[in-house]
Amino acid sequence: MFRTYRADLHIHTCLSPCAELDMTPARVVSRAIEEGLDIIAITDHNTAENIPSAIKANGEITVIPGMELTTVEEVHILALFPDMESVMRLQEIAYNDLPLTGNKRILYEQVVVNEEDEVIRFNDRVLMDATGLGVKEAINIIHDIGGITVACHIDREAFSILTQLGFIHDSLKFDALEISFRTERQRALKMFGIYDRYPWITSSDAHHVSDIGRAATEFIMKDASFEEIVLALSGKEGREVRF
Amino acid sequence: MKLKEIAEILSLRPLTPAVGHEREVSGAYVGDLLSDVMANAGEGNIWITLQTHVNIVAVAVFKNLSAIVIVNGRMPDADTMDKAVSEDIPILLTGKSAFETAGKLYQILNVQNLQG
Repeated sequence: MFRTYRADLHIHTCLSPCAELDMTPARVVSRAIEEGLDIIAITDHNTAENIPSAIKANGEITVIPGMELTTVEEVHILALFPDMESVMRLQEIAYNDLPLTGNKRILYEQVVVNEEDEVIRFNDRVLMDATGLGVKEAINIIHDIGGITVACHIDREAFSILTQLGFIHDSLKFDALEISFRTERQRALKMFGIYDRYPWITSSDAHHVSDIGRAATEFIMKDASFEEIVLALSGKEGREVRF
Repeated sequence: MKLKEIAEILSLRPLTPAVGHEREVSGAYVGDLLSDVMANAGEGNIWITLQTHVNIVAVAVFKNLSAIVIVNGRMPDADTMDKAVSEDIPILLTGKSAFETAGKLYQILNVQNLQG
């Protein structure tokens, strides 16, 4: 049977340099449940190390392993995966390009936390840096690993494909575009209508606990799984995406 | 050359007047990709950019830059300003382009080196 699932597919944890320290995996999950979400994706910048704790901490909702990857052009791409194993493959590729912070003081704490909110370690890569992957190459690699790709916050001034590259070329096989919580559907249609060949989603891009669920996408599908999300984004077999 | 002298000659508008204007400037770097600046800017450089995102402050701290000059009349948001003040990174503004700003700065610093 089909039903409507609310999904917030772009959420950071305290591992992301720019997110608040109280964004522990367990806290993110419990807040998402309070907000009535059925599905969340954990998408830290160029890293996946806090996802296992979010999956372990989880009682009632689906946690999709993901990553917000920075391409060489400094475009942010959301990568979503069916399992931990595939997201770790992308992390390995990303880490190859990211320098170590060394002993340099950097502004941000990047904290790996367990499901009990205890600090396990600090991540020592410069996660705010860009990887060496071009947009097209990144999309291909993510697809090869078994994931899907979303162009992040195309309505924003920073790190979006439109600010970095000017337009979205037909050859880019994004599975969806993300409109940030800042832009309502009607306005988004006026601004980005030429890109309606892609499905659109909206998400919170949460960096603070209170951000979680401030925007969510409705998926009409059979269950709260990654595979169903893939079907819904391609509009197959009666599934739908509503933003 | 000190940052405050450069600011005066180029008519740069200090956004964070309380921060770092006695600093010595070693040179400059122009770039709008944060990763490029992280890879190539030199210690003590002024960074000329049109980026206003809060991460510019992190890059400046990471690379020990002397200041950030934001061009084209762009204005950083409150986040970026607060971070700059708390991290002791001077931000200066100009309505001029990166080309003009870099060209003038190059001349000033070069004349100084020749007299050096």
